Amino acid sequence: MDLPDKLSRRRFMRLAALSAGGIYLFSRCAGPTAEWRFFTSSEARLMDALADQIIPPDEWPGGGESGVTNFIDKQLTGPFLRFQSEYRKGLKGIQDSSETLYHQRFENLNWKEQTSFLELMEAGKMNEPVWADGFDLKFFGLIRDHSMQSYYGSSRHGGNRDNISYKMLKLDYPFIVGQNRYKS
Amino acid sequence: MANQKVNVVIVGAGAGGGVVAKELSTAGMSVVLFERGSWISYDDHTDDELLSERNPVLGNSCGPDDQRNRRVNVHFDGSSHIVLPSEGDYNNISACVGSGTVTYGALAWRYMREDFKMRSTYGDVPGSTLEDWPISYEDLEPFYEKAEWEIGVSGNDSQNLFAPPRKKLQPMPPFTHNKEATILKEAALRLGYHPFSLPMLRNSIPYGGRPACYRMRTCIGYACPVGAKAGTHNTVIPVALKSGNCELRTNCVVSEIIVDDRGKIIGLTYFDQDNNRKTQLADIIVLSASAIETARLLLNSKSGFFPNGIGNENDWVGRNLQGHAYPHAFGLFEDEIYDDFGPGSSVGICDFNHHNPGIVGGGYLANSFIRMPYSFSGVRPPGEKLWGKEHKVFQRENFKRMAEVHGPFQEIPNFHQRVDVDPKVKDFWGIPVARLSGKTHDENIPGCTFMADKAELWLKEAGAVKTWKGLGIADGVSAGQHQAGTCRMGNDPRSSVTDKFGRVHSTPNLFVADGSLHVTNGGFNPALTIMALGFRIGGYIASEWNKGNRFK
Ligand SMILES: Cc1cc2nc3c(=O)[nH]c(=O)nc-3n(C[C@H](O)[C@H](O)[C@H](O)COP(=O)(O)OP(=O)(O)OC[C@H]3O[C@@H](n4cnc5c(N)ncnc54)[C@H](O)[C@@H]3O)c2cc1C
Ligand code: SF4
Repeated sequence: MDLPDKLSRRRFMRLAALSAGGIYLFSRCAGPTAEWRFFTSSEARLMDALADQIIPPDEWPGGGESGVTNFIDKQLTGPFLRFQSEYRKGLKGIQDSSETLYHQRFENLNWKEQTSFLELMEAGKMNEPVWADGFDLKFFGLIRDHSMQSYYGSSRHGGNRDNISYKMLKLDYPFIVGQNRYKS
Repeated sequence: MANQKVNVVIVGAGAGGGVVAKELSTAGMSVVLFERGSWISYDDHTDDELLSERNPVLGNSCGPDDQRNRRVNVHFDGSSHIVLPSEGDYNNISACVGSGTVTYGALAWRYMREDFKMRSTYGDVPGSTLEDWPISYEDLEPFYEKAEWEIGVSGNDSQNLFAPPRKKLQPMPPFTHNKEATILKEAALRLGYHPFSLPMLRNSIPYGGRPACYRMRTCIGYACPVGAKAGTHNTVIPVALKSGNCELRTNCVVSEIIVDDRGKIIGLTYFDQDNNRKTQLADIIVLSASAIETARLLLNSKSGFFPNGIGNENDWVGRNLQGHAYPHAFGLFEDEIYDDFGPGSSVGICDFNHHNPGIVGGGYLANSFIRMPYSFSGVRPPGEKLWGKEHKVFQRENFKRMAEVHGPFQEIPNFHQRVDVDPKVKDFWGIPVARLSGKTHDENIPGCTFMADKAELWLKEAGAVKTWKGLGIADGVSAGQHQAGTCRMGNDPRSSVTDKFGRVHSTPNLFVADGSLHVTNGGFNPALTIMALGFRIGGYIASEWNKGNRFK
């Protein structure tokens, strides 16, 4: 990660946020070489897979496509600073356990395998030492809560791309001029 | 340059402090009103659920901030941890001009007669601090009326069979019901209950130079974009400022009350917006910093004359801390009951506030405010999946089919649920932080069970096909946005902190005017009562002052 690049990207994002009212421009074209604020690209790939498990794609986009990874990445350098070490440790723990159990990276497991892996975590039944003291359950809860915040919260924070969850819930948003109750 | 001495300093520009500032400054007294936060408007955070005062997962929209503020929470097993303002067990209200009255749900209740006489009504409850107030409903009635008219309340108490007597109706007509509330109202009538439209500190018609409410989806937890919601920030505080006698000092954190070499209170110290430590002298000090912060300030004001903190001779400062339990039930309906006509809560009943068989106290029940999507994602019947496909489908199928009935249950207070100051942890300014400990009285369990059953019954009668319920009793300390009781009023200095005018027993010129004064906290949201107390205390100080009493 080279610094000048990061800075200019940040500055550009701020401009983009001002001009386009959001920063999704980025997450949308984020390929495997995209640079994240906190995540490594391999962590980000894992996060996308986790986000899809938590909020699976169906007629409506899943957590991955909706920008959950972008949201969490962004918050981890802001209000969620205090969760950085949990994410670093937890995401590594998931990959390591996946290698131990299935000899594969988590994102390469089939859907069912991924689901039962996460169900084990949710139930606090992981065996590897990294998950001692209920860290499995705790870290799963963290990812779940943060994914829900991203998908169902305000799109200002880098998730809920195109206000997709409001559309899914059939909630008018933003308010339509004429019916706009927000401005007098 | 040193600050000029003034007649009064008030700490905190929230519900209580804003009212007192208006009463004193318009009576001609010179006032400095301190507020640790700043002015907040809707545009700062719009309808952002994650940065609201209802769901501050990314921070409190109206403060305080996570960077400079801390509290310590002591668990019942004796362990403790540091909590941030954006975490639930911080028990935050807000930190801005108007405080909670900027973003509140604006429910505008008068407590009932019994709420001022809990001990006489229910007798001794072992292990509790249940007591009568030193004032009655009748003493406070004229000041409730002042609050309703000067700040602005919609409602019609003549529709509430259980409402205490009043001289004048609320100034604005009550709000109409949305689809969900209409269904619930009819069900309540079928059950023989006495439903009415809830009183609100919101404009149902233009009032006080501010427009009528737009009935939005977001309201509780958010500043009002048009000023239809009435808080102290857009009513009494502007009046105070206009009087020319009140200076509002925002972003100033008061750290200590100071005494002279004879033990007389002469002023306070604070950190200004550039974090410089300063002094402000005054004849009179009024603390309106909220139940937790007022107690903290008193306990942090130690001197040779007040070794345990000011007003704490008998160890009552910070004791008797209470909030509200929130017994509740959810119901799913076959058809959509959501019509996007906000902000939600509008139909209520007071049938269960008092005289319930075998129960001490009670509370009102009402439909709740609209739950925003993230918050809804955490609401599921027991056993339902909390993530995955099933969870997502539940979300979209039921978002518009769910209603919640709930209400604040009057907590039975106790001596051990309390605020004190942490011996080690300090905030950004180096001030020892508030430490919260204890838990609610067990007597709350049967009461909340009873209320949750009634809530569920009501939803079933309304046609809910699936219901589930909860007691809403805090795991640990219960204080929250309705925090109260830490400097309770009383006639006996041995078992209270202030007299019936909010004056701290052991000092002639120090007053409290906020939720700290509540002896008990009613089965109602507390803000209108705090405002009424503000009018009563402010009026008392001003009239005494103008008669020549210098509170020496
Ligand atoms: C989202 C939300 C919804 C609510 N809904 C309702 C409702 O529907 N009905 C109802 O009745 N109540 C409601 N409340 C509760 C209501 O807002 C509070 O009961 C009320 O504001 C408490 O009044 P107070 O004067 O005790 O303290 P506050 O109003 O909190 O005022 C205290 C002020 O003091 C300031 N302060 C604290 N310490 C210092 C210091 N050291 N130096 C300088 N300033 C300081 C604070 O920043 C704050 O502004 C709600 C609250 C919230 C947050
Ligand atoms: S619902 Fe009404 S009172 Fe509440 S914020 Fe909107 S306009 Fe203001």
